[in-house]
Amino acid sequence: MITVRGLVKRFGMKTVLRDLDFDVNPGEFVALLGPNGAGKTTFLRILSSLSKPSAGHVMVAGHSLPHQASAVRARLGVVSHLPLLYGDLTAEENLRFYARMYNILNAGARIEEVLQLVGLLDRRGDLVRTYSRGMQQRLAIGRAMLHDPDVMLFDEPYTGLDQDAATMLDGVLRNVAGQGRTIVMTSHDLARAEVLATRFDVLSRGRIAASSTRRALGKLNLLTFYKRALAG
Amino acid sequence: MSSKSVVLRILDVVAVLLLAASTYLALFFAPTEAQMGQVQRVFYFHVATAWVGMLGFMAATLAGVIYLITKNLKWDTVAMSAVEISLVFFFITIVLGSIWARPIWNTWWTWDPRLTTAAITELIYIAYFMLRQAVDDPERRARFSAVYALLFGPSVPLTFYAIRMYRTIHPVVVGSGQADTLPLTAEMKIAFFFALFAFTVIFVDLFWNRIRLGRLQQQVEQLRLSASD
Amino acid sequence: MSAQAVQRPRAEAADARAGEAPPRGRSSSFFGAMVAVVQKDIAAEFRSRELLSAMLVFSLLVVLIFNFALELDIQTRRGVTAGVLWTTFAFAGTLGLNRSMAVEKDRGCLDGLLLAPVDRAAIYLGKAISNLAFMLVVEAAVLPIYSFLYNVNLLRPGLLLVILLGSIGYAAVGTLLSAMAVHARTRDILLPILLFPLAVPVLIAAVKASGGYLANAPYADIKPWISLLIGYDVIFTSIAYMLFDFVVEE
Repeated sequence: MITVRGLVKRFGMKTVLRDLDFDVNPGEFVALLGPNGAGKTTFLRILSSLSKPSAGHVMVAGHSLPHQASAVRARLGVVSHLPLLYGDLTAEENLRFYARMYNILNAGARIEEVLQLVGLLDRRGDLVRTYSRGMQQRLAIGRAMLHDPDVMLFDEPYTGLDQDAATMLDGVLRNVAGQGRTIVMTSHDLARAEVLATRFDVLSRGRIAASSTRRALGKLNLLTFYKRALAG
Repeated sequence: MSSKSVVLRILDVVAVLLLAASTYLALFFAPTEAQMGQVQRVFYFHVATAWVGMLGFMAATLAGVIYLITKNLKWDTVAMSAVEISLVFFFITIVLGSIWARPIWNTWWTWDPRLTTAAITELIYIAYFMLRQAVDDPERRARFSAVYALLFGPSVPLTFYAIRMYRTIHPVVVGSGQADTLPLTAEMKIAFFFALFAFTVIFVDLFWNRIRLGRLQQQVEQLRLSASD
Repeated sequence: MSAQAVQRPRAEAADARAGEAPPRGRSSSFFGAMVAVVQKDIAAEFRSRELLSAMLVFSLLVVLIFNFALELDIQTRRGVTAGVLWTTFAFAGTLGLNRSMAVEKDRGCLDGLLLAPVDRAAIYLGKAISNLAFMLVVEAAVLPIYSFLYNVNLLRPGLLLVILLGSIGYAAVGTLLSAMAVHARTRDILLPILLFPLAVPVLIAAVKASGGYLANAPYADIKPWISLLIGYDVIFTSIAYMLFDFVVEE
């Protein structure tokens, strides 16, 4: 679903990602771990077509970036730590707008479905401004799912959420994952990642330092795996 | 790229010599103008520096286009150097224009289309550098600068055209129109065209030096960043 | 907006989707996306009215300040009306342009727009049209108020045409520049600094043409200024349209 070979990203003289290889099979849920400044957000921005690689090959959902960016966008859903929602519009209006931007057929029905999935059906007519952070995140996921993307990217989705909101988000993510989508999620929260993901990759010093499926990890503590990857 | 190429060194010397020669021609060789007196000599440099300013302007816009096509940061250095040089030379043009205007028309400033356009262009250049300063990422800085250059490219000629239209419809007392019909003797023509030639060479020399300086700066940046890694 | 959707019973739709491809996003039509952006901006503004009220109040304050600063007799005042109006519009315009882009940037919505499978130019045109619409609304409010305060009729077709043409050029360039300025910490001061020198041809032409119409000058006198305005609008809208992609890509 996602194939990355030799990805390099430079900002001026600084190289953030160096010779990065990355493969994700359809249906996998990859937790991308790593310290601050490792380049996780940069990497996700490249995968989401918002940023262009300095060098290397990137293919997402069967199309290459950056040249077939538009085709990729149609099959990609992105949730970042910013809500990407308009505060002065209601939840429903936000979704209607994005439905038009993604040219979705049967928008009304789809919007209802999505609101149902993220548990916001009863608050559809409220201004997003009035939503709590947790609700905004859930709506953001709804927005990202509207066009039924094959691939979803989550950048630190748990940022700023309290315990209750985080638990609700767990539920939504499990639902989303259960529908067979391919997911890459960056996270600081190892505990959460451990529960949700089927695979764990560690990004360190611009490269994937370690990668392991949950099965291969076995009894090994995720924290230990993570620390070893950073040290090694 | 560490030491100056021989050609550039020679060009430096040539440029200085040409400047000296041009100064001699303007100040001594050319006859004193009948109506305006000695201050008219400013005219040789005034036009020449304006000419250099225009060269810089065009180079900046062109370099902007090339950058957007090639995405090679070297062209950003070229564009920035061109703007810098143009900024300085238009400033000299304006100052010389004031020096000329004061004794002749008893005013420091004439709202002459060319002079006014030069002044507005200076403001555009200042805006250009403020834009650059506001952006940290070199790639984005280069991109934004190039886009701005592509906007001011057509805007400045339109500004000139608009002010000129303004002036023909509302003729102003100050006779800046006289400059257009300035009759030149043969010797004056020599001084005039030599100044244009000399300043073109000076432009190339300064441009080349500035670009070289810019690239050295980039190299220092690079070394500093890799040393701290 | 649900007029676009095909009305089928939900169960049937779900069945159909189970069998075949789900409602994927396809590359949106250019025009559809552009109109969506405009409608979204206007709908959001109608809710909060932050932008319009700020622009309007600011405009009236500027007009007021000019009144005291210039202290003119009625005769002279006639002559400067065009200048006062356009100065007001220019400053109020930058307020609107900045706020419009700031809304997108601060909540990350600009990314949201860029993630859609839509031509960037459609986003540019959408934002430019909404910015233009906001400027026109404020101008439409200022004109009658100015007319009332100074006992001069500003609601003339010629003048309205000039205001439209001038605002188009200003909004076209301003939208592109606001997309750049919004990344800077100094965005509020940077945008006017970037915009005003580039907008000089528009301002000159608009003031001269407005003044011409107000003084009932013959059309032959005004025509060159109108031509300049149209020329500027065409040139800069085209350039900005092409350059927007370069500004928003990374």
